[in-house]
Amino acid sequence: MLKARYLCCGTAAAVLATGVALAAPPKERQDELIYQLRQDCGSCHGMTLKGGLGPPLVPAAVAGKSDETLVEVILHGLPGTPMGPWAFEISREEAAWLVRRMKEGL
Amino acid sequence: MRPSVTFAAASLGILATVLVLGGCQTAPRGTGDLGVVIERAAGRVQVVETTGRTALYTIPELGDLSHASTVFSRDGRYAYVFGRDGGLSKLDLLGRKLVKRVVQAGNSVGGAISQDGSLVAVSNYEPGGVRVFDAKSLDLVADIPAVYGDKGATSKVVGLVDAPGQRFVFTLYDAGEIWVADMADPRRPALRKFKDIGRLPYDGLITPDGRYYLAGLFGEDGIALLDLWNLDAGVRRILDGYGRGEKPLPVYKMPHLEGWASAGDLLFLPAVGRYEVLVVERDGWRERGRIPVHGQPIFVVARPDGRQVWVNFAHPRNDMVQVIDVPSQQIVKTLRPGKAVLHMEFTPRGEQVWISVRDEDRVEVYDTESLERVADLPVDKPSGIFLTARANRIGL
Repeated sequence: MLKARYLCCGTAAAVLATGVALAAPPKERQDELIYQLRQDCGSCHGMTLKGGLGPPLVPAAVAGKSDETLVEVILHGLPGTPMGPWAFEISREEAAWLVRRMKEGL
Repeated sequence: MRPSVTFAAASLGILATVLVLGGCQTAPRGTGDLGVVIERAAGRVQVVETTGRTALYTIPELGDLSHASTVFSRDGRYAYVFGRDGGLSKLDLLGRKLVKRVVQAGNSVGGAISQDGSLVAVSNYEPGGVRVFDAKSLDLVADIPAVYGDKGATSKVVGLVDAPGQRFVFTLYDAGEIWVADMADPRRPALRKFKDIGRLPYDGLITPDGRYYLAGLFGEDGIALLDLWNLDAGVRRILDGYGRGEKPLPVYKMPHLEGWASAGDLLFLPAVGRYEVLVVERDGWRERGRIPVHGQPIFVVARPDGRQVWVNFAHPRNDMVQVIDVPSQQIVKTLRPGKAVLHMEFTPRGEQVWISVRDEDRVEVYDTESLERVADLPVDKPSGIFLTARANRIGL
């Protein structure tokens, strides 16, 4: 459903031109993702992403990790730690977009 | 009966004093029906009263209040707010103002007030440890770095509570240890450390009689139990392997252990990675049963009389609250207050419960007998709700 809307929103060309990793979700979904990043990811990583029981996600903290690794962790979690898999509600493209936002800083 | 002249004169005297000292025309009031609601994103608190169920005023500029919690001075006048950013703020609920705020660490997660009310301790992630402050001045009294192992690593600290005997008890998340700090000499805490309590203890609680301290484990199925009346017996494991053989579900928010969801001889605890509430017999610490619930439980809290237990849940199933009837151990009501129910707090004698609904920007008040909503208040991204009745309860 989301993906269908996504492709209808005029980003299909961008996906084709630059590859999936650089596609941005529609604005409305971006707002949801940022809200979720602050509020729900924030319950472990801190609302300002400076860390909590989970590690910080501020630019300096994630700079040394590849986008691919971070996307995998978001989607599939880290077994043996409290980090759970979010693929049930966040797509790969959305995770990649979130990783870019994290690296830039909110 | 007509008031005597002396009484009238005395009343006038008091009134005059109030007018002069207070500088306003509000009558003197007690604090027993007051409380603090955290507006986590705005860095502000609302001060509320539970008699008329209204918001009285706000106190802003308290920093990052995500995951903030509050303890109260024993006279119920001052609230100590622990912010995520290491901020420790002392609020005067009667003076309606911030008295003092110190930023005492980089990253914090709650605190406790000592048995005699003279010390406030803060649980820190960065730098990992506990810092203890004078409750009046907020001056630093003692620093307890949570150093463990032989490499000098420091651990994040969780589950900090006060205990009888002027002690603080807390848990080292990374180290898997429970420490008891005796504050008889406040500047030189005497520490007793219990190691190898289990993997990734995420929170702790103390029974209302101040006898038992429990740390919930994320890294394994089980709970670490310490009898504070008999420290020499050490930490023992209860409910070992309560989920054995079952694959745990992912956890999208850590459960919280707060207070003591107990009724008679039973204790109710959130399972980790299971949509269940665990029921434990306090006599012998055996599992009595499990109650299937709507999601991963976050708070499992008993009404003060112990007749009901209320449960909220982790993302993404966090729009509901379930009410368990203790005698039958059945769910008698499922409420849907709205998206992101973060906290529940009972009025001192439990006739109502206040519920924060973050994404609806609302606090809802329910009657706990009819289970109907009786009021709601607009609050910006509410999280913790803390009523002053906590001032007189061990562990809160």
